[in-house]
Amino acid sequence: MTGTGVGPELIRLDGAAASYGHHRVLTDVSFHVHEDQFTGIVGPSGAGKTTLLRLVLGTLKPVAGEVFRRPDLRVAYVPQLETVNWNFPVTVMECVLMSRTRGRRLPWASRQEKADVHAVLDRLGIGGLAERHIRQLSGGQQQRMFLARALLRQPQLLLMDEPTSGVDVSTRHDILHLLADLHEDGVAIVLTTHDLNGMAAHLPHLVCVNHRIVADGTPSEVITPAVLEQTFGARMEVLEHLGMRVVVDEAPSNYLAGGA
Amino acid sequence: METLLEPLAYAFFQKGLIVAGLSGALLGLIGVYIVLRGMSYIGHGLSHSIFGGFAAAQLFAAQFYALAAGLWGIASALAITVVVKKSRVGADAAIGVITIASFALGVALFAKFGSSGPSFDNALFGSILGISVGQIVGLVAVAILTSAFVFLRYRALLFSTFDPEVAAVSGVRVNRVEAALMIVLSLAILATLTVIGVTLVAAMLVIPAVIARMLTDSFGRMLAYSTAIGFASGLVGMYLSYYAGVPSGTMIVLVGATVFVIVLAITGGRGLRRSAGLDSHSEDLLAERAA
Repeated sequence: MTGTGVGPELIRLDGAAASYGHHRVLTDVSFHVHEDQFTGIVGPSGAGKTTLLRLVLGTLKPVAGEVFRRPDLRVAYVPQLETVNWNFPVTVMECVLMSRTRGRRLPWASRQEKADVHAVLDRLGIGGLAERHIRQLSGGQQQRMFLARALLRQPQLLLMDEPTSGVDVSTRHDILHLLADLHEDGVAIVLTTHDLNGMAAHLPHLVCVNHRIVADGTPSEVITPAVLEQTFGARMEVLEHLGMRVVVDEAPSNYLAGGA
Repeated sequence: METLLEPLAYAFFQKGLIVAGLSGALLGLIGVYIVLRGMSYIGHGLSHSIFGGFAAAQLFAAQFYALAAGLWGIASALAITVVVKKSRVGADAAIGVITIASFALGVALFAKFGSSGPSFDNALFGSILGISVGQIVGLVAVAILTSAFVFLRYRALLFSTFDPEVAAVSGVRVNRVEAALMIVLSLAILATLTVIGVTLVAAMLVIPAVIARMLTDSFGRMLAYSTAIGFASGLVGMYLSYYAGVPSGTMIVLVGATVFVIVLAITGGRGLRRSAGLDSHSEDLLAERAA
């Protein structure tokens, strides 16, 4: 899988900083997204991963630096499942159709719109669930539903916040394969994750974030004990397995020995 | 049949029936958005804050009390929207602070400069049987405006209610949609306040929407059910009020509450689960589902 980003530029952040009130979350972030890019933003909880996505999305204005976005760029965003109100009364069909809001005047879906929704649901393997309430789906199905809503926009850039959070191993594999297929189809993808082995190690390009960009490169360049300690604030060991980096916590005995 | 036709011989009852049904439907329709946005208290709050407008009108131009109250209510609703967006204050707290402050200002102005008259008493308790043709025309106009707004902005309203951040990314002008919703809500409260009173306005914004949520998982159906339940509660409440000799506003609320209990009994835990946490974005729901 290629995806380190050498094609035309879609987004550029130059020395961007972000705050919530007086609380500075990101400082001096310079980051580019290109047409053929597939990037994972890696970092611990509270490091500013979602904030970085918001800067890219444009829903958060930088308090310093600049964010450039290619004019007429079609961006789609898949939020964290934890932020969704699962009791909201919408069916899968109603939820996916939200992508077709702008410029539409009639409340009900046209025959073509329904066909488009069924096609994208079939493609993602959740055909037949269109009339279900969103809460009646499994975690993996819910992730696919939001992916379907995003894909209905035919995006050039897809942003996803923790797409494998709270899903099982099998679903994580499925999602990774889906994203790889989308990337092959020409969609640039930027996602956040704190799952180093299950997600980040499989991506072609990583950006390590902890309130600033700690490292930027391929997994073999950034998944190192030094970068991980800077990013996560914890000592980790990195092993090689079948050509892939595998991160393990430092042996508990080392902590015990150090702490005794 | 005789029971249904007998009260219709009176003009006051005919007008009351139209107004009760229309008010119930209007508040049931707009109430869906209010309940799903976690702003159930706004009906209660805004109907109180509007007194500030009545008071201001007493000072400057008493004949324009309805206009002043409307502007006051719209200003309060927009202030709530701005405070919720610009600060860390939740909708419930912002509604509590702004509307009660507005109400207190109204009471203070009344105490100092005003005098309570028929318009004030009507605003407090409503006067569904003594309603004028002008008030009916105003109510019909607001109902048409609200229906047109919901019809034409259905998708934008749904998206920005469910997921405002993604809606904004997808090109929906969320701030504009929310401001328009608050203006329509204020007009709906104003048009119904002097007719059916504060208590009924607050109740009918919430009860039909909650019942509808217990009956369906579809947003489109929830809108339809809530409007129909509000309409039916108004009609049935008027008839029961006529025969029981109880004030109409009270009876309409009691009809809504009775329907709520019946639907709750029929749907059992399913209905409760649907209506619980209507506005929650909670992790406990995920945990519950994963369990």
